[in-house]
Amino acid sequence: MFRVLRKKELSPGVFDYDVEAPRVAKKALPGQFIVLRVNEEGERIPLTIADFAPEAGFVKIIFQVVGASTAALAAVAEGESILDFVGPLGQPSRIGSDMGTVVFIGGGIGVAPVYPIARAVHEAGNKVISILGAKTKDILILEEEMRSVSDEVIVTTDDGSYGVKGFVTTALQQLVERGEKIHQVTAIGPGIMMKSVADATRPLGIKTIVSLNPIMVDGTGMCGGCRVQVGDETKFACVDGPEFDGHLVDFAGLMSRGRMYREQEAEAKDHVCNIGLGR
Amino acid sequence: MAASMKKHPMPEQDPAVRAHNFEEVALGYDEETAVAEAGRCLNCKVPQCRKGCPVQVNIPAFISKVKERDFDGAISIIKESNSLPAVCGRVCPQESQCEKHCVLGKKGEPVGIGRLERFAADWQMAKDEEITPMHFAPDAQKVAVIGAGPAGLTCAGALARKGYRVTIFEALHVAGGVLSYGIPEFRLPKDKVVRKEIANLEKMGVKIELDSVAGRLYTVDELMQEEGFDAVFVGTGAGLPRFMGIPGENLNGVYSANEFLTRCNLMKAYQFPKYATPIHVGKHVAVVGGGNVAMDAARTALRLGAEHVYIVYRRSMEEIPARAEEVHHAKEEGIDFRLLNNPVEVIGDEKGWVKALRCVRMALGEPDASGRRRPVPMEGSKFQLEVDTVIIAIGTGPNPIVASTTPGMDTNKRGNIIADEETGATTKEGVFAGGDIVTGAATVILAMGAGKKAAAAMDEYLKRKKEA
Ligand SMILES: Cc1cc2nc3c(=O)[nH]c(=O)nc-3n(C[C@H](O)[C@H](O)[C@H](O)COP(=O)(O)OP(=O)(O)OC[C@H]3O[C@@H](n4cnc5c(N)ncnc54)[C@H](O)[C@@H]3O)c2cc1C
Ligand SMILES: Cc1cc2nc3c(=O)[nH]c(=O)nc-3n(C[C@H](O)[C@H](O)[C@H](O)COP(=O)(O)OP(=O)(O)OC[C@H]3O[C@@H](n4cnc5c(N)ncnc54)[C@H](O)[C@@H]3O)c2cc1C
Ligand code: SF4
Ligand code: SF4
Ligand code: FES
Repeated sequence: MFRVLRKKELSPGVFDYDVEAPRVAKKALPGQFIVLRVNEEGERIPLTIADFAPEAGFVKIIFQVVGASTAALAAVAEGESILDFVGPLGQPSRIGSDMGTVVFIGGGIGVAPVYPIARAVHEAGNKVISILGAKTKDILILEEEMRSVSDEVIVTTDDGSYGVKGFVTTALQQLVERGEKIHQVTAIGPGIMMKSVADATRPLGIKTIVSLNPIMVDGTGMCGGCRVQVGDETKFACVDGPEFDGHLVDFAGLMSRGRMYREQEAEAKDHVCNIGLGR
Repeated sequence: MAASMKKHPMPEQDPAVRAHNFEEVALGYDEETAVAEAGRCLNCKVPQCRKGCPVQVNIPAFISKVKERDFDGAISIIKESNSLPAVCGRVCPQESQCEKHCVLGKKGEPVGIGRLERFAADWQMAKDEEITPMHFAPDAQKVAVIGAGPAGLTCAGALARKGYRVTIFEALHVAGGVLSYGIPEFRLPKDKVVRKEIANLEKMGVKIELDSVAGRLYTVDELMQEEGFDAVFVGTGAGLPRFMGIPGENLNGVYSANEFLTRCNLMKAYQFPKYATPIHVGKHVAVVGGGNVAMDAARTALRLGAEHVYIVYRRSMEEIPARAEEVHHAKEEGIDFRLLNNPVEVIGDEKGWVKALRCVRMALGEPDASGRRRPVPMEGSKFQLEVDTVIIAIGTGPNPIVASTTPGMDTNKRGNIIADEETGATTKEGVFAGGDIVTGAATVILAMGAGKKAAAAMDEYLKRKKEA
């Protein structure tokens, strides 16, 4: 059993948990994820390791309530426990001291997985520019944390309630126009956002890393449910990824597969709400 | 009086009923039937049957005990060579192992060895045997076992019985390997058989750490250098599903058999939404492949409510690798076998969902390396099966997580760990391996046999290490 040591609600429906998992905390690296199961009836769902404290023995997860399983997770109170918490899974991000200028783009909840990677890239001595995108000001997360690990932060909101009005690609375009020499872009967020970023950087020839979030079951390479088309190859995101070359990913396929259980997910969410687990 | 030519029939659930439930299909012999079936055995001086059993169960001896109604005696003879008889009695391909060699099989049907083994094991399980915990010496050496499938469980049990402190690291949230996530409830009941065997190991003193992916949480080197294990056994199975590489394979509604069966068996998707994991079962399902895995996927789809389920297999009934009993049961339940057919494309609708499987007819040509006649596509024979779900069951490869994080432990070009056939020793000192990760997908009893042999060799190794 894995105890929730601290629970915070960062913005409506977005939670930040420190989960007691000393073994995982010791081995975690930026870019990796865990798979958890809230209770006996629960689904196995993947969440990025948003931070980790090897000494204190906890792993931070930040998640958004979107369906039944995240609703059930949100119903776990501080001090209560999660049944299963497996990790660290996936390949860690490649981090070096000679990366040059790296632009990190986090869309919505995607800022959470970006944070530990940006921190490590920054600590390794590279220049970090971060673009944080949100629909509106109130749901922007981790702005302070991102500022502490970035040389520059640009916030974009769809409605213009804060920072630049527009999408993350608007800000990226501005960086390019002002002549910023960008060596790599790492973009994490909704599929459509990562696709737009990859489409924008492709003609510019800027290396672009995306972190994919297909539906997963085991997270160990056993089921093949997380397969994505990358170039000519079928890759398993849980063992080969989750990071891939954004210019090679078949985003249309990824997004289509993500909708596979849409009707059943609605039914499961009703079920969770009806038995009083949800919010 | 000559013994009857036929086995005593196995009581089974009616096909029409069982096609809609997950209860066990074969119900097992009762005492009288078991004793009568045991009566057919000739107690041969040179029992051919034993040669066919990968772990050489003393078949005539245990069957004699059943005949004498000494069921305790029967099970203790079986357990000398096989620690999971309730499992093997149910899932061994007896027709190609023990029963294949039984002399009675020459003129009629062989003795129902598997059924008798199952009977003896179930009889004992029903009694809830007392398990005495092992007492481990304070300086007992420690062994790590990676993977809680049949190979790992057998190795762990054998080593614990010799007084070693054994910890099993299992990636999933349930132990058992394929016995838990792959083989369905209707063929191998989980609570009644699998969990019980595992609980018995734990009672004996084997520690099982679930949710622990070796290679990520601990590498093999870390287990030995930092966590204090004196030897390691790797039994991680063949878990990486293969796909065909045909167009449309990533459409919605295309599953690997592993995913389909895992969602159902491990995550209990058949009880959705009480259990939160969803599964998609269309009305018309095509399962590609002809092994046990394909049969299990097809029969599971039927039980989840599919109206019509095809098995699409590129060879003929002669070559089908599944256990004879499973093919027979699948046919009885109404699975539609499309033999000598091979898929060439999955066709999708405008929303990205499967709507058909395009296949080509095959003819059998010259024998290939496996000795089986090689199927070759027939010119101009393409046709379509209208289906909304496709399940690919064409085999699995080795999962690379442990091998790729263990320098010094060599693999062959297919990615299987290289291990000595008799001892399980790998190219890395103190590290042993066995089961599907070494052989490629095989059988439960072979995996158990490998676990047992490795345990014996590890015992030798550990003794030497202690003296040194
Ligand atoms: C490597 C990885 C890292 C992730 N990190 C985060 C994170 O840090 N924070 C966060 O909020 N979310 C993260 N996600 C997404 C998160 O796993 C899903 O939001 C969650 O599983 C939804 O479950 P649900 O039952 O609440 O919603 P549902 O109603 O079941 O699903 C909503 C959507 O979530 C996706 N989804 C559903 N089940 C799964 C599953 N088993 N695996 C993956 N996606 C699924 C589908 O696209 C679906 O349309 C990550 C996903 C992956 C693969
Ligand atoms: C659907 C299906 C039906 C079958 N039917 C039959 C049958 O009727 N008769 C028969 O004889 N055989 C059958 N088989 C084959 C048989 O189940 C296997 O040959 C046997 O289970 C192999 O045992 P194993 O211990 O080597 O591996 P597995 O049973 O695969 O167990 C390996 C275990 O290791 C774990 N693992 C993997 N990687 C790691 C890691 N990095 N860290 C920790 N743990 C890890 C896995 O989660 C798993 O629990 C069937 C197989 C399938 C899939
Ligand atoms: S273990 Fe399998 S092969 Fe051996 S006797 Fe039992 S059923 Fe037959
Ligand atoms: S070969 Fe057949 S008849 Fe002879 S001992 Fe074995 S099971 Fe009995
Ligand atoms: S989640 Fe099962 S293979 Fe990746």
